[in-house]
Amino acid sequence: MARAPLSPLDFRPAERGLQVDPILRPSLSYWEDTWRRLRGNRRATLALVVVIALLTASAVGPVVWTVDPSAQDLDQVSKLPWADRRARIVDGAGAADPSLPVARATGGSDPTGMDLRIVGEATTKSVVLEWNLSDLASGYRVYRHIDAIAGGEPLGLPLAEVPIAGPGRFIDRLNLQPHRYYYAVAALDAAGEEQAASTIIPADVVRVLSEQEAIARGFAASKIFPGAEVELPFHPLGTDALGRDMLARLIHGSRVSLFIGIAAPWFYVMIGVGLGSLAGLRGGAVDQLIMRFTDFVVALPFLLFMILFKIGFGIGPGESGILPMLVALVLLSWPGTTRLVRGQVLQIREEGYLEASRLLGAPTRHLLLHHLVPNVMGVVLVTLTFAIPSAIFTEAFLSFIGMGVVPPTPSWGSMCNDGTKTMLMHPHELVLPATLISLTVLAFNVLGDGLRDALDARLRSRE
Amino acid sequence: MPESNQSHRSVGRYLVQLAVVGVFGFAGLVWVLGWLAGLTESTLADAVDADAQTVTIVVAEEPPQLDSSLSTDTSSFMVLGHVMEGLLRYGKDGGLEPGVAERWEIGEDRATFWLRRDARWSDGRPVTAHDFVFGWRRTIDPANGSSYAFILYAIENAEQINLGKLPVETLGVRAVDDFQLDVSLQRPVAYFDKLVAFPSYYPIREDFFASTRGRYGADADTLLYNGPFEISKWIHGARLRLEKNPHYWDKARIRLQAIDAAYFTRDPSTQLNLYREGRAAVASLNVETVETALRKRWPISRFASGAVFYLELNHRPERPTSNLHLRRALSLVIDRDELVYNVIRTAGFVPAPSLFPIWLQGANGPLRNEIPVPPMKVDVDLARHHLELAKRELGVDEIPRLMMLVTDSPTTAKEAEYLQNIFQTRLGLDVAIDKQIFKQRLAKAAAGDFDIVVSGWGPDYDDPLTFGDLFASWNQNNHGKFSNAELDRWVATAQTSLDPGHRVFAFGQIQRILAEEVALIPTYEPGSVYVRHPLLQGVVRRAVGPDPDYTNAYITGES
Amino acid sequence: MKRLLQGVVTIWFIATSTFVAMHNVPGNPLLDEKAVSPEIRRNLEARYGLDRPVFPDQYLTYMRNILRGDFGISFTQRNRRVNDILREHFPVSAILGILAIVFAGFGGILFGSLTAVYRNRLPDVVIMVLVVVGISVPGFVFAALAQLGIVGLNEVLGWTVLPVAGWGTLRHLIIPSLVLGLGTMAFLTRLMRSSMLDVLGADYIRTARSKGLPPTRIFFRHQLANASLPVLTVLGPAIAAITTGGFVVELIFAIPGLGRYFVEAVQQLDYTVIMGTTVFYGTFLVVMVLVVDLAYALVDPRVRLE
Repeated sequence: MARAPLSPLDFRPAERGLQVDPILRPSLSYWEDTWRRLRGNRRATLALVVVIALLTASAVGPVVWTVDPSAQDLDQVSKLPWADRRARIVDGAGAADPSLPVARATGGSDPTGMDLRIVGEATTKSVVLEWNLSDLASGYRVYRHIDAIAGGEPLGLPLAEVPIAGPGRFIDRLNLQPHRYYYAVAALDAAGEEQAASTIIPADVVRVLSEQEAIARGFAASKIFPGAEVELPFHPLGTDALGRDMLARLIHGSRVSLFIGIAAPWFYVMIGVGLGSLAGLRGGAVDQLIMRFTDFVVALPFLLFMILFKIGFGIGPGESGILPMLVALVLLSWPGTTRLVRGQVLQIREEGYLEASRLLGAPTRHLLLHHLVPNVMGVVLVTLTFAIPSAIFTEAFLSFIGMGVVPPTPSWGSMCNDGTKTMLMHPHELVLPATLISLTVLAFNVLGDGLRDALDARLRSRE
Repeated sequence: MPESNQSHRSVGRYLVQLAVVGVFGFAGLVWVLGWLAGLTESTLADAVDADAQTVTIVVAEEPPQLDSSLSTDTSSFMVLGHVMEGLLRYGKDGGLEPGVAERWEIGEDRATFWLRRDARWSDGRPVTAHDFVFGWRRTIDPANGSSYAFILYAIENAEQINLGKLPVETLGVRAVDDFQLDVSLQRPVAYFDKLVAFPSYYPIREDFFASTRGRYGADADTLLYNGPFEISKWIHGARLRLEKNPHYWDKARIRLQAIDAAYFTRDPSTQLNLYREGRAAVASLNVETVETALRKRWPISRFASGAVFYLELNHRPERPTSNLHLRRALSLVIDRDELVYNVIRTAGFVPAPSLFPIWLQGANGPLRNEIPVPPMKVDVDLARHHLELAKRELGVDEIPRLMMLVTDSPTTAKEAEYLQNIFQTRLGLDVAIDKQIFKQRLAKAAAGDFDIVVSGWGPDYDDPLTFGDLFASWNQNNHGKFSNAELDRWVATAQTSLDPGHRVFAFGQIQRILAEEVALIPTYEPGSVYVRHPLLQGVVRRAVGPDPDYTNAYITGES
Repeated sequence: MKRLLQGVVTIWFIATSTFVAMHNVPGNPLLDEKAVSPEIRRNLEARYGLDRPVFPDQYLTYMRNILRGDFGISFTQRNRRVNDILREHFPVSAILGILAIVFAGFGGILFGSLTAVYRNRLPDVVIMVLVVVGISVPGFVFAALAQLGIVGLNEVLGWTVLPVAGWGTLRHLIIPSLVLGLGTMAFLTRLMRSSMLDVLGADYIRTARSKGLPPTRIFFRHQLANASLPVLTVLGPAIAAITTGGFVVELIFAIPGLGRYFVEAVQQLDYTVIMGTTVFYGTFLVVMVLVVDLAYALVDPRVRLE
């Protein structure tokens, strides 16, 4: 078939408004498509909801729950939310009133003849013990137990040694909690050895607040008078070992953990995108330089340098230590993304559609904005999502070994660190922050999976 | 999936095979690697063994320095106290006993020690006066940079030598013969007998030291022992085993055959778990683990470490804390009882009203009885009054933000957070916590880069002066540069006077001046509670000297 | 050869960065709780060469010593050489690391294949839930819980099956290495699952089956071997992850490894130990990456072709 010779008519621009096959389905941009797929993935949607909920909670949380995360409620230490919160107001500094009745051990014999007694009411301020001195003793040792003691069993926690010089009297103030204690006093012989026989007396400690304390705690003045009963503040998730509100700490801790977890990857991914595309687009000496430097930084032992940088920056007084950690993380983590982006750019540069677009006369700006960026963006987004959990882990880890944020600034990692110390007796102090770390890490991982699936071109073409 | 159930089952079977192979492979690998690493022991030692008279213990950290001239820390002193012996040593009841010296005379300007002839090094050769001369010269030699060189300053020329102004040979100590040691003193010193029990005064044998080529004290075989025990095995970071020294002159006194420090960890829950398993004979308890110990009905003991903790205030004129009224205000709002009993909450801690801890002895009985401390009361109103005066004197509306320097230990962290809270709520002061790792805290404290610093001081020798000279203007440990001429005079008196009554009076004056000027704010005397195996007896805990001391310990047969 | 040269330059870079970082750290390793007079401190500084200018004197000495493989003397333990410290403590970390890697790799391959073969059935669901837990719970929480678990187990059984902490017998190795490998194992299981799923549907498996090869051979030689390849590629990062984890495990189980030693050295600002450890670990990682790459080329012929 002979080809018709070209005429100038063939080079006339196409007429606008020319009827071509109409596109009937709504046009679907790259991002709209990704979003549709992501929403179609139920797990990823759930993860997204969790992430948004966590971010919202940490943003809005401090406004809604205004309790100070570093305020110590020493009357409610390591408490669960449903613990008894009642407290009675006593006058003055809360010292025991000696005119109050004396409680003696009831029933049972008193083999030592010490007549151990509790003077006044046993309160969380103090428990006053008195006993009769014996001529044979060279001193006394006072014990306290949280369980009833049977004969011959150890008497519990030694509180003090009381010399014979003074009266047979001891005031216990050590960490008194509102429950029943068993006090024992054992006489010491001339050599300072403890004698076997001892007297034991139970004491039911009630929680009290002095008037000054009640005022300092902000109870209404009308409610404060000796004998009045007040309810201590409610802590919805309990308190930690210093009586600080767990909910407030978790919220403020989430700000630290999520901030580091999101800001650090954000910065280093951005650096990676910048350097990676520069290397990929320019090529040549620039590429060589950047990539060699990347190789070096990748080879640095990450954790060792994290710690080195962390102490290298030092922590000024009053600083939380968040910034040094952030900078150290960014400085050590950018090479991964740089390599990835460079690879992507190199690959896309060779793609047919880019070639076609360039042949059609698209300007560089168009090529960058409409072809390169969207295609790289997908990979970058996925990298970012997966980088967040590892940044959160790094923060938690550093705080755990005591190289992280400075107290009283809470972070989930430092809360876990505190929590492992009280794990046996008060598991909630570990379980809550650990669960939140896990939940966040999980959510970002699932979201990353979902994003990858949604962006995956191979999947799309298979459809 | 085209796979059928049949194939599932067969693949499952392969995987089971693989798993079995894997488990055995892993076990084999454990065995091979363990064998390569020399993990050849098959059994775990029991906490106590009555037949072998062996006790297994857990210690907080590996002794960092067993070269007695250079050691500075309690872990090293504890081990050294078991494997070495000085001229004198601390006995069961805390008093001094003859060690290598049989008898001694201490005068105003000289001291003489007569050494026993049966004292032996662990290679069987006698311990001589020359070994002491060598050890002391090493401690004072400025080239070695011993932190404890100052403890020898009572000896003639010691300070000048340490500052590099005189040669080491001029140190006022001389071996008259193998068994007589003569010491010339720079000044009269009432407690020289207590000083010579300190590790920096331990003997070192010159020929052995030379043979170690700079590794003296680094390993079990680069240390020569003259104490009740010798190190038989030292796996760094893992284990330190002491066995009875057959050459020790007083070996009849020693009943334990071996002390096996098989675990190094300061983590209280790990310590408690080891105790619970019957692997360690002693475990220290903290607030959290004490509850477990009570529920398990284990016998708990209490012990005061002998140290005192306080807030050092910066007296440099550019600091707000140089103002006496501000210092008074700070001091008046701290409730030591609340700090100790509700914040630190560790049994064994007691509130401290003074720099001089409660266990110190005066002329005839407890020092606290001879120089009573006025009770410390919390008075927020008076404190606010002083704060106003301070603001007026400083000419400011608000006190600038105060820097509180602390180390990153758990107890000081709790304390710092509590104090920050108290200063904020009771005085409206803005206090920033400057938490630093140990060495950086030291550097900042030494440079005066703080307003308040949480410090502690443990006694070196059994005399109130070990605390009393801390705030002398020349003392390097006076980080806040507190300077008071009257105090300096009383410190000098306490250093040189030989009259016990006069010295106690001087300590009283020191205590009074420190309180009036609020040079420091004493907070507490730390202590601890611990569980001990019921069969282990005779362990001595003490404030001064090696602690804990197992040299008199034994294991009873019956429970 | 080019790789080797690059490795050497990398190690130089590590050494220099460590040196720069270390000399910017505030504080002074020679300070002690008992303050010494400035004169003595000067003496000590002279002894460690800290009195000379940082650059070029100190730097050149440091580099020269590294070339000779001598990291100097510890600041806190003035009678111990850093080389001795590395020699004594690194094998401990290495043993734990090797065991953890083997455990993680083997477990990952095993459980990954299991989940792929029983896709969407009970074993798959159970294992994947555990994997999710393994990936999202921080290692230090596992370590603390594991210790608690052992205590409970020993108490129930009435004798010490596995020790709580310490070092000295073979039994001391087991729990720490399992805890150390757990996170990596979870990660590898997930990886193995997807690569096994790919392989199961691959054409060459169908070919092999239709050729009548015995199922054992198909499974081990074709499915398992091919599916395990990606696991090998991530071994490099896995080694790094396990090095990190080693710090916590060594701290919690009181194991005398290099990680614990490093954390203590940092607390004490022990310059020579910190620098020695960092340079040593850096070199170690560089070598490991090289080895893994070589191993991969050896196993996968496609890599060699490129």
